[in-house]
Amino acid sequence: MIPTVFGLTLPFLIIAALTIAGAVAAALLRNLVHCALSLTITFAGLALLYLNLEAQFAGFVQMLVYIGAVAILVVFAILLTRGAGMPEYRSYSSNWLLGLILAAATFAVLTWAVTRSLPATAASAAPAVTVQGIGVSLMTTYVMPLEIVAILLTVALIGAVIVAMPESKKEGQQ
Amino acid sequence: MSLLSQLDQIFVLLQHWVAGFFPTWLQPFVGTVLAVVGIVAAFPGIFAVTTVLERKGLGRIQNRLGPNRVGPFGFFQPVADGIKSLTKEDIVPFTADGLVHFLAPVVLVVAVFLGFAVLPIGRNMVLANMDAGLLFFFAIGASTELSVFMAGWSSRNKYSLLGAMRAVAQMISYEVPLLLSATVIVMMTGSLSTVKIVEAQGGFTGFLPHWYVFTPWGFAGFVLFVIAALAETNRSPFDLPEGESELVAGYFTEYSGFKFALFFLGEYLGMFSIAGFAITLFLGGWGAPFSFLGFVPSWGWFFLKLLGAIALFIWLRGTLPRLRQDQLMNFAWKFMLPMTLLNLVVAGAWRFMGEGILRWLICSAVLLAAYVLLGRVLMRHQKLGPRSYRYAE
Repeated sequence: MIPTVFGLTLPFLIIAALTIAGAVAAALLRNLVHCALSLTITFAGLALLYLNLEAQFAGFVQMLVYIGAVAILVVFAILLTRGAGMPEYRSYSSNWLLGLILAAATFAVLTWAVTRSLPATAASAAPAVTVQGIGVSLMTTYVMPLEIVAILLTVALIGAVIVAMPESKKEGQQ
Repeated sequence: MSLLSQLDQIFVLLQHWVAGFFPTWLQPFVGTVLAVVGIVAAFPGIFAVTTVLERKGLGRIQNRLGPNRVGPFGFFQPVADGIKSLTKEDIVPFTADGLVHFLAPVVLVVAVFLGFAVLPIGRNMVLANMDAGLLFFFAIGASTELSVFMAGWSSRNKYSLLGAMRAVAQMISYEVPLLLSATVIVMMTGSLSTVKIVEAQGGFTGFLPHWYVFTPWGFAGFVLFVIAALAETNRSPFDLPEGESELVAGYFTEYSGFKFALFFLGEYLGMFSIAGFAITLFLGGWGAPFSFLGFVPSWGWFFLKLLGAIALFIWLRGTLPRLRQDQLMNFAWKFMLPMTLLNLVVAGAWRFMGEGILRWLICSAVLLAAYVLLGRVLMRHQKLGPRSYRYAE
């Protein structure tokens, strides 16, 4: 029997606290790399939340994609654009009002979308989702979105290669 | 229960026996803790033995003796090394980022140990039999990259940062072929569970086992997986991130004392876990290599195979020279990636071609042709010849 506090299980509370703490730290810390690392804690917390909901596939993919790739990408972007040595930035940008409006608008849109997509009656039991089941539906029902995403990613990959390619004209002059 | 099967299950029985002393509601917890203690004790023990074997093996390959002072034949060398790293001063650079500098080796070792949770060491010997065990291993493996970056960045040292950048770029590049070569096994087994993958390789034809490595796609997948695994663990010939002639020691330049030992431990444990997965995926896990050798305990086979894999890694380290950065990336994206993608197609074809000698011929021919062609095309742009030195002559 898992102990509960306010009707929420203890593991959920710990994970939620960790996730929120990571997000708050990511917004408030002054050193950008520290922010990125705190954001990683949030990613890990989200993965743990998925696992807590017994969504193994979503949890592991969250870990693989967000901790393994997105966090590294963020960190590389910071190092390549600002340099590694300058730790001090102002934590409040001059256009904070615009940021606040954007954040509120995003939150409103997300809330609207989530509440709209909720089924009228809550399911009595959580559906048993196996990894195999996810694979089968990805390859049958949702094969079209999957292919569109695949094409998008391939285009991005080719674009990255083209951007990184040395310009042949310059090479001839050297 | 016969004596042989008792020997096979000795660790499981031991776990149940110890857990039996505790009240019923505490037993699952105690059982898990015992299994964790077993893993945390066994693999660092193998690490200690491996350091001696590696140094002695490399010594032999390089025509010298290797460590031979501490204990008989130098076999107590790891004890001396351990005491040394515990008593050494722990130096943190003045400008270093203290917290991140401290956390980096901890995150690395924790993440690497987590990978052992889904590794089937013997029959009924797996800590967590997950539905998506393989995915768990790769997800955990991906988080070691971040610890490497943390170590390199927090040291505030250009060599550390360069080493970390090299390491992360290399690990991300080789993660793609690593995952794709493992995907073949998932396609054929129809499961991501490591236990089911081992069970699927359990049968015998005559006295030969049904290991995946004994099929064209399995053999190609195995070779690709081992190459990618070598790169993932930053071992020679892919050890550029710690190229000592250019970068001092790469991302752990600024680590000393036991933090350095933790990096060392993490690197070797990473090697063991990925070798363990190569064994699980392609070499039948804890299965016996011949049907008449089934009386040997299953965990015995696993550790024998692991020792074999370690010997191979030591041999490769003593044999191959280090790659250059451009060669490394070219190899990953122009050879490994096309080969793994082709291997996926070949495995699919194998699945639907039915039994018979024909599918053996066709699949082998396709893979061999692709190997030769890709090699030729890649070689054409490499200016291979006597090396010319700009300054050294």
